[in-house]
Amino acid sequence: MIATIFRRALYSLPIALAVSLFCFLLVHIAPGDPINAILPPDAPADVVAQVKEAYGLDKPLPVQFGIWLFRVLHGDLGRSLATGRDIWPDLHSALANTLVLAAAAAMIGFPLGTMFGSIAGAFRGSWIDRAAVVLAVAGVSVPHYWLGMVMVVIFSVLLNWLPSMGASPDGSGVWALDWGHLSHIVLPAITLSVIPMGIVTRTLRGIVGDILNQDFITTLRGKGLRRGGLIAHVVKNAAPQALAVMGLQLGYLMGGSILVETVFAWPGTGLLLNNAIFQRDIPVLQATILVLSMFFVGLNLAVDLAQALLDPRMRR
Amino acid sequence: MSTTRPEGYWSGVFKRLKRDKLTLICSGILLLMLIVMIAAPLIAPHSPYQGSMIRRLKPIGFPGYPLGTDELGRDMIARLIYGGRLSWTLGISPVVIAFTIGGMLGIIAGYAGGWLGMLIMRVTDIFYAFPSVLLAVAISGALGAGIFNAVLALTLVFIPPIIRVAESVTTSVRVLDYVESARASGAGAFTIVRVHVLPNVLGPIFVYATNLISVSMILASGLSFLGLGTKPPEPEWGLMLNTLRTAIYNQPLIAMLPGVCIFITSICFNMVSDGLRSAMDVRN
Repeated sequence: MIATIFRRALYSLPIALAVSLFCFLLVHIAPGDPINAILPPDAPADVVAQVKEAYGLDKPLPVQFGIWLFRVLHGDLGRSLATGRDIWPDLHSALANTLVLAAAAAMIGFPLGTMFGSIAGAFRGSWIDRAAVVLAVAGVSVPHYWLGMVMVVIFSVLLNWLPSMGASPDGSGVWALDWGHLSHIVLPAITLSVIPMGIVTRTLRGIVGDILNQDFITTLRGKGLRRGGLIAHVVKNAAPQALAVMGLQLGYLMGGSILVETVFAWPGTGLLLNNAIFQRDIPVLQATILVLSMFFVGLNLAVDLAQALLDPRMRR
Repeated sequence: MSTTRPEGYWSGVFKRLKRDKLTLICSGILLLMLIVMIAAPLIAPHSPYQGSMIRRLKPIGFPGYPLGTDELGRDMIARLIYGGRLSWTLGISPVVIAFTIGGMLGIIAGYAGGWLGMLIMRVTDIFYAFPSVLLAVAISGALGAGIFNAVLALTLVFIPPIIRVAESVTTSVRVLDYVESARASGAGAFTIVRVHVLPNVLGPIFVYATNLISVSMILASGLSFLGLGTKPPEPEWGLMLNTLRTAIYNQPLIAMLPGVCIFITSICFNMVSDGLRSAMDVRN
């Protein structure tokens, strides 16, 4: 098992390196001189030269990548063009908010998806199954940014039950566990939970259906095992794969919340990205993408390891 | 004189499709949308660009404007129809391009194997390390707004998954006996791929690609929604949703319309793709 952990971790290293290379290159695929990503276009020439030297932009690309990676590894993600401040403190609080939102959406979507999917898989062909399939397809087909607007119209505009913008009543963006804060998270979390719910439903329907069709289940049934015992066997066999899907979905929630965060003005990484795009603040874009994708790489590794831990067959 | 021929694969597929009512209905809806969009100049009652300050945000059912007007007084019907042209183009073209490029690379990786296959698959792995939305936003965010950049970004998002599918089906076909015997009889790699591999792998890759159209539509409109795809005043469903956000207090129904179009299109493409998959009996 330790060898497995070591091997998987080792395999993520080149991926992480390649992902950072991609993020590094983002500044260079942006139209214009990369110096425009650091300085405003109206900067005087001597300042441009000075900054170019300070950032190492006068050096060849591989050297630049080395310097950039060194800084990133030491916690220096650069400065925002728009505010001139260090990126990390802002990104840090945005990350926390996105994590809270993603976790809330996961807490809604995963159990519901598991429930619908398992029931549908166990009763293939029944009306429950058909309803679950429709629900799953609708869940993955709905443009969630539009769903967010529908939620705002119904629950904020027409019924006036829940707030439609921001993360807290005082607008500070600092999160706390009271009703004022909870009421702000309800709509974006439900909106964001629809896609993972659909995907988890779809996956679990397939897994549970497949397991129930296997010979050992027939044998267990033939030996007179009761429903409770059968469920235990199904859960044990479905868990590794279900866990993998949910783990990846958590990553997609973190990375995919940009649209929903924009709709609800949720002060997370998505809003940060959106503002960065609008202000052409490429360093902020780069840093946010880097941190989010590194999170995703780490999550992938964690899912791999959890699977190996749960299912000896996965320990290749 | 009548000869009995064994039923071909495709006639079986069509027979199964004909029995699948849901798939038929969804294909019908998509076809209808396509016809309306193609015939847009004939059908749209007004120009999608012509606004008017006095006709802003008229409700649904307003005389002359059955679906009302948007925040600049432009006819919603015209904008939805013309918007569909752009949304469909933005949503479908990345999948078509990715199907071509990704399919090719995947088949090469699967058939050739070795260092070339390894190289292609490892580069693919890198792109898998990004959630798809994030990758699309990263690329088009760095490149800047515009239709071309949005299509480019989405194409790059969809190439890796198509490569993976193409590679895995090609690998499974490559080891089959008839490919082996073709190789033994002296056929070149190109001939084997063209005659023996392609007909057997294109179906599954195609079905997988159709499955991506739904996601692509949502992402493409999403990019426009973020201001990364189309630019105003061009009508596009995602962009319309964004600009109509200001109207959710006055005319919530009108503000929802473009999203309804995206939803219907995306759910229909999903259904048709699922129907195709089971009709062609492609294992997921």
